[in-house]
Amino acid sequence: MKMMEKTLKEVQEEIVDDFSMYDEWLDKYEYLIELGKNLSSYPEEGKTDDKLIKGCQSRVWLDWNMEEGRLYFSADSDAIITKGIISLLISVYSGRTPEEIAGDDFSFLERIGLKENLSPTRANGLVSMIQTIRRAAESNL
Amino acid sequence: MTVEEVRKQFPGLSGTVYGKPLVYLDNAATIQRPASVIDKWTDLSVHHNANLHRAVHKIAAEATEEYESARDAVRTFLNAASREEIIFTSGATASINLVAFCFGEAFVRPGDEIIVSESEHHSNIVPWQMMCERKGAVLKVLPVDDDGHLRIDLLEDLVTDRTRLCCVAQISNVLGIINPVKEIVNICHSKGCLVLVDGAQGVVHTGADVRDLGCDFYVFSGHKVYAAPGTGVLYGRRELLEQMPPYMGGGEMIATVKFSGTTYAPLPGKYEAGTQNLAGTPTLKPALEMAETLRDKDLTEYGEKVRDYVLDSLLSDERIRLFGVPRGTFNKIPLFSFTVKGAHHEDLALLLDKMGIAVRSGQMCAEPLMDRYGVTGMLRASFAPYNTLEEAEYFIKSLGRAISMLV
Repeated sequence: MKMMEKTLKEVQEEIVDDFSMYDEWLDKYEYLIELGKNLSSYPEEGKTDDKLIKGCQSRVWLDWNMEEGRLYFSADSDAIITKGIISLLISVYSGRTPEEIAGDDFSFLERIGLKENLSPTRANGLVSMIQTIRRAAESNL
Repeated sequence: MTVEEVRKQFPGLSGTVYGKPLVYLDNAATIQRPASVIDKWTDLSVHHNANLHRAVHKIAAEATEEYESARDAVRTFLNAASREEIIFTSGATASINLVAFCFGEAFVRPGDEIIVSESEHHSNIVPWQMMCERKGAVLKVLPVDDDGHLRIDLLEDLVTDRTRLCCVAQISNVLGIINPVKEIVNICHSKGCLVLVDGAQGVVHTGADVRDLGCDFYVFSGHKVYAAPGTGVLYGRRELLEQMPPYMGGGEMIATVKFSGTTYAPLPGKYEAGTQNLAGTPTLKPALEMAETLRDKDLTEYGEKVRDYVLDSLLSDERIRLFGVPRGTFNKIPLFSFTVKGAHHEDLALLLDKMGIAVRSGQMCAEPLMDRYGVTGMLRASFAPYNTLEEAEYFIKSLGRAISMLV
């Protein structure tokens, strides 16, 4: 089992710091696009309707599995910025215990201003992704 | 008139987004409103806020006069035979639903047929599906070809002696192609089939002379032709409107009400139940005046220059697939829906938004058309007569930048 070096909050702080380096939203998107391009691959056979997240203009598939008491998430999307956002979520929540995730308030997303800067349809998608991650944690408590 | 002079009349155009000047290219969804419309809207809200027609007091009388003079303005604009043929609704969708219900009740029997084209907006598909389900009728589809042109050659065979109505857009909200409505009307009428034209996109770009087109119904929304939102028009030939039953009951639409039976108001009141949009509907008058003004020769030539520049730029970029490619007699409005190889339409729209450009992305309320072309969505830039060549150039440059960020 991989040992967690940083706490959930520490990883979130790092992301908030990363985002604060950019003044322009266009630069923040460039950063998200990079993250999206580097998101590890997701199996084609996993792109089933039951893994599809509702509320997105783009399609998002999000899956998870439990290993030795920790939740691991994998995801994909046909839109690259959405993939970047997922990548952000995965970097924070993948490999955490259900207790850690269920106890988190996801407020770092507001601190980087992501939600407000998304179109309403994409913001809905983000809310749905968060719900899926939260539900995965709660069902494994 | 120059485009700069036009822009001064549209206060919304001087706005900024994310600190950048707004470049508004989502005109096919909602067009910006001129000061003349906003002033009328405000004046009616503030000084003429009273129920129409029945009250005897001064402000109600003035409000009624404003409302009814808008009806005359619409009649003139559409060249309808009489003002009784102009019904005010809340928009094109409401107008189509009205016809789908009332025409269905009056004229459609089990086994009858309704035709819609493959490139229709959901609002010109779903009401007909609902009506067909209710009446046991059959919905038939007139296809489009790969370039987005209606397959008129198939229409003759598609219309049978059971076909009651053919419903087509004057201009598709995705393809921007001006459909040959007159030809469609001729084919349909020769076989006893009536025609409803969805003028939501057509009314602002080409206008409409309903007697020249020969159509039986024509509908449009106010918010796409400079008027207040929640306003709309149904034109219907008088004899049809008279034969069809009312749509909603209550308010304006009655003559006398008894528990033993109610009689209905004559046209147009018969179809205008309830309290009307008394501040919004009268804005159709200054709005249609603006539409006329902006069809002036200089502005039209300028608009064609803008359209041709964008069209050439998109067609010459091999990463871009444009839907609705004009051919023969030039028949495309400045509305461009396309996909970009390797870049999702939503990503492009999001990046363009941050560059100050408002465009639309997604299925554009035309899912069957998306399926026809095998795409999950498109990006659409739709221009109005107030958009400048500089804006078009900035759009093309920004699109290139967005693509290079994504691909």
